Amino acid sequence: MKYALSFLAVIALVLIAWLGSQIPGMPYIFGVAFPYLAIAVFLGGFVYRVVQWAKSPVPFSIQTTCGQAKSLDFIKHNKLEAPHTTAQVVARMALEILTFRSLFRNTHAEMHQGPKITYESSKWLWIFALIFHYSFLLIILRHMRLFLNPVPFWVQWLETLDALFQVGAPTWYMSDVGILIGVGFLFARRLTNVKVRYISLLNDYFPLVLIFTIAITGILMRYFLRTDIDIVNIKQLTVGLAALHPTIGSDIGAIFFIHLFLVCALLVYFPYSKLMHMGGVFMSPTRNMKNNSREVRHLNPWNPRILPHSYAGYEDEFREFMVDAGIPVEKELPPQKDEE
Amino acid sequence: MYNKRTVIPGLAIFVLFVTLPLWYNGLSAGPIPKPELPPNGTKECVAPASEMRDNHMVLLNEWRDSVLRESGRSSVSVGGKEYPKALQLACMECHSNKEKFCDDCHTYASVKPYCWDCHLTPVEAASKKETH
Repeated sequence: MKYALSFLAVIALVLIAWLGSQIPGMPYIFGVAFPYLAIAVFLGGFVYRVVQWAKSPVPFSIQTTCGQAKSLDFIKHNKLEAPHTTAQVVARMALEILTFRSLFRNTHAEMHQGPKITYESSKWLWIFALIFHYSFLLIILRHMRLFLNPVPFWVQWLETLDALFQVGAPTWYMSDVGILIGVGFLFARRLTNVKVRYISLLNDYFPLVLIFTIAITGILMRYFLRTDIDIVNIKQLTVGLAALHPTIGSDIGAIFFIHLFLVCALLVYFPYSKLMHMGGVFMSPTRNMKNNSREVRHLNPWNPRILPHSYAGYEDEFREFMVDAGIPVEKELPPQKDEE
Repeated sequence: MYNKRTVIPGLAIFVLFVTLPLWYNGLSAGPIPKPELPPNGTKECVAPASEMRDNHMVLLNEWRDSVLRESGRSSVSVGGKEYPKALQLACMECHSNKEKFCDDCHTYASVKPYCWDCHLTPVEAASKKETH
């Protein structure tokens, strides 16, 4: 039901773009107005979310450790699993962000006869997540050829690398295949793994379906539905968007507007969804804090300011009342002078 | 806001990356390529110009496969005119200036077809003839 709804939502978006872009005058809305709106919502929302996170105080040093913390000299310190200096934290973060180290640890629990439970290393999620994310990154960087003029050398290198097999014309990109395989696995995993399926929500399925459809429309546009897909015409629009005076030269095929509208939907959806893990991975205190709580006192930022109050000071403040109430005091009241 | 010294530069780098096209182009879209029409004045091609714009690479790839892999060297007849399935012998006969015809758009859109890994451009072909 939840995944069916996400398909329906994406189909509705496709239909809106398809039919909408056919109305005279509307290409300007779909090709110019929506992209500007989407990028503004994306940037504003992204910055807003990160600032909100940065405003939240962290009460304790709550990093997750998976190894021996820094201790006495003869106890071996696990520098990556219990980072102690900023450099070690950076190394741990870099491995997490670039190689998805925590997914590498994924295990699969299974019941056997006995009853006996086994935990087996399960690397599928890790490998397909890597394929998916790096394909997506490569695709985004490759698209810079449509927005940058002249096209910088690194974009050309990436294109050559991605089209290394020189299959067909226009040449097939490895990242196109990679993103479909990756997103397909991530979707199938949510359906077939009973435990994951139980906790999956509409907002888990929807971005997967949306990204899948974006990739499919892009592939269709590049290789199959080429009518009215003239790259020069399209680059004129996209580079015009970047130069802030966009023009639509001649007719562009509907598949382009469908692709573009879905990308706009993704950009708008991004800051309000789980996709914010892109910024969140940098902001997670369980990863970006140091494991040095035995040396450095972590002060809770929302603690009220309470000054130390010794017993002697307390007695000084309340001595008269204590004597009145018959409570023993360490230092008696000063002898009262006789009234004369 | 906590950790301002890392969060603010981090956000600034992110915004700079996302807005790369804005400041890289300097708010100028640059000239739009105008590929040169055949210098010998030919008006007809194997397909209308709009279709060639969209699909010429698909057609060339089909011709390549047909000729080299299936030895289908028969020529194509369009509008009573025979065209050999060839880049140098057909396309470049009219579009004789590769630099002004092919490269104009290909450079603009960063397309690098590997036709010229094997084929000779008209300029190269002419210089080859002179040396022999």
